[in-house]
Amino acid sequence: MDSTFIIEKSVVILVVFGVTMLMAMYSTWAERKVAAYLQDRVGPNRAGWGGLFQPLADGLKLFAKEEFAPNTPNQFLFRVGPGIAMATALMTSAVIPWGDRLHLFGRDILLQATDINVGILYIFGIVSVGVYGIMIGGWASNNKFSLIGAIRAASQMVSYEVAMGLSIVALLMMTGTLSLKEISEQQAGMNWNVFYQPISFLIFLICAFAETNRTPFDLAECETELIGGYHTEYSSMRMGFYLFAEYANMFISSTILAVLFFGGYNYPGMSWVAENWGVNLANIIGIGALFVKLCGFIFFYMWVRWTIPRFRYDQLMHLGWRILIPLSIINIMITGVVILRGEIFAYLGW
Amino acid sequence: MIQIPDIANATPIQILFCVLSVITLATAFLTIYSKKPMHNAIYLVICFTSISGHYLLLNAQFLALVNLIVYIGAIMILMLFTIMLMNLNKENEVHKPRITRLGAIVVFCLMCLVLIAMFMNSKPIADGSYDVTGEDYQSIQVLGKLLLNEYMVPFEFASVLLLVAMIGAVLLSKKEKIEK
Repeated sequence: MDSTFIIEKSVVILVVFGVTMLMAMYSTWAERKVAAYLQDRVGPNRAGWGGLFQPLADGLKLFAKEEFAPNTPNQFLFRVGPGIAMATALMTSAVIPWGDRLHLFGRDILLQATDINVGILYIFGIVSVGVYGIMIGGWASNNKFSLIGAIRAASQMVSYEVAMGLSIVALLMMTGTLSLKEISEQQAGMNWNVFYQPISFLIFLICAFAETNRTPFDLAECETELIGGYHTEYSSMRMGFYLFAEYANMFISSTILAVLFFGGYNYPGMSWVAENWGVNLANIIGIGALFVKLCGFIFFYMWVRWTIPRFRYDQLMHLGWRILIPLSIINIMITGVVILRGEIFAYLGW
Repeated sequence: MIQIPDIANATPIQILFCVLSVITLATAFLTIYSKKPMHNAIYLVICFTSISGHYLLLNAQFLALVNLIVYIGAIMILMLFTIMLMNLNKENEVHKPRITRLGAIVVFCLMCLVLIAMFMNSKPIADGSYDVTGEDYQSIQVLGKLLLNEYMVPFEFASVLLLVAMIGAVLLSKKEKIEK
């Protein structure tokens, strides 16, 4: 392995890490601005222009707060919980193709940390590990509200993972690959998967809301019932880590939605731009296109949060197990029939 | 013939393997040794994670991730649920009858037999006499074709077994509801 390869990958990883942190930080600002807009208020407007320095001020405040630890026999697990939540939220970004490639310094630089051919499974694996951060933290808090919040979060995430996985199966039958890079490449020129698999997209979107514990499925931190849910006992930057992990998750899941269903970095006329203005410019615009799409999804998350009230817990489980899972299985069967229609027609003699 | 590794000239892969093995064995031991049920479960999670790491060293990405999703993401989460919701104190621990202990020993011996048989069978592969040239076992396309052509019957049997287990689980949870 040559050293330039290692440097190249390190730079890509560091940039992705920085961008994820920045996006998560400014999602908190955007959330408050969107909420204010939807409720006909002004929102944060003191720190900087339009309150742009608000996230920095919030971070500073969280760091300066006293770190309070409850009287729990599991101090270590209590400390580890937020770390796991944050680490798993950041790890998923490794397989996302942020753009095709840039031609710099005489070599092609892939705009992706790694292209493993089981990319989607990797995301599912990391997401399923992410439950531990909430569960361990909530349990180690030694508080019944935290415990109930943690159990709710975990059971919700496990339940919706099933529907999420099944909704993706229909998409994978069509694409024939698990690599996110190849899925992006297949969607070149407005062949976006959302036009072929709208039901799959809808199920995936709903499950993404449940996986990130966002309203209308934020029963894990349902204030009226559980105080603050699993982070009731947390203070200072540890609580900040949980909240930050939620926004990082939101950013990553928006990106995955954009990559899987909305063409990733592809935009109309990309091949024309690549021919006339050069590959680099075409791919830089591609990165921009991906960010426009994912910012749209982030806005959608916030829009839903400030519009739709919270579900009841049994409604949530009913939706997950009795509606979304059968629907995604039906979707898989329909997709299978459509893919094999030639063989079926030949068999029937039509 | 057991080769004693040369520590001074170990490749990064060998170092990684040693570190992972230490973690796997230590956490597996702690899983049994630790007295607190919650800690047992967490040690087991770490043990499974490091086994996933071993699969990655063997270039079996698919296996590593499936291990991660199934064992860590599903089975251990459910295990944690059970531990969190049940009151597992020393006082209300049920006394295990002698037949259970005897059964455990018998099962352990049978398991050893299966493991020995497995290692005996895998010896030709480990010796390098098994021809794998030109096969890309990292690719899930190859794996899928292999599973659905050469190993079609065991694969289908396994899926039927899973289906039966699933129906059984649903039936058990339903039965409890009727009794109430």
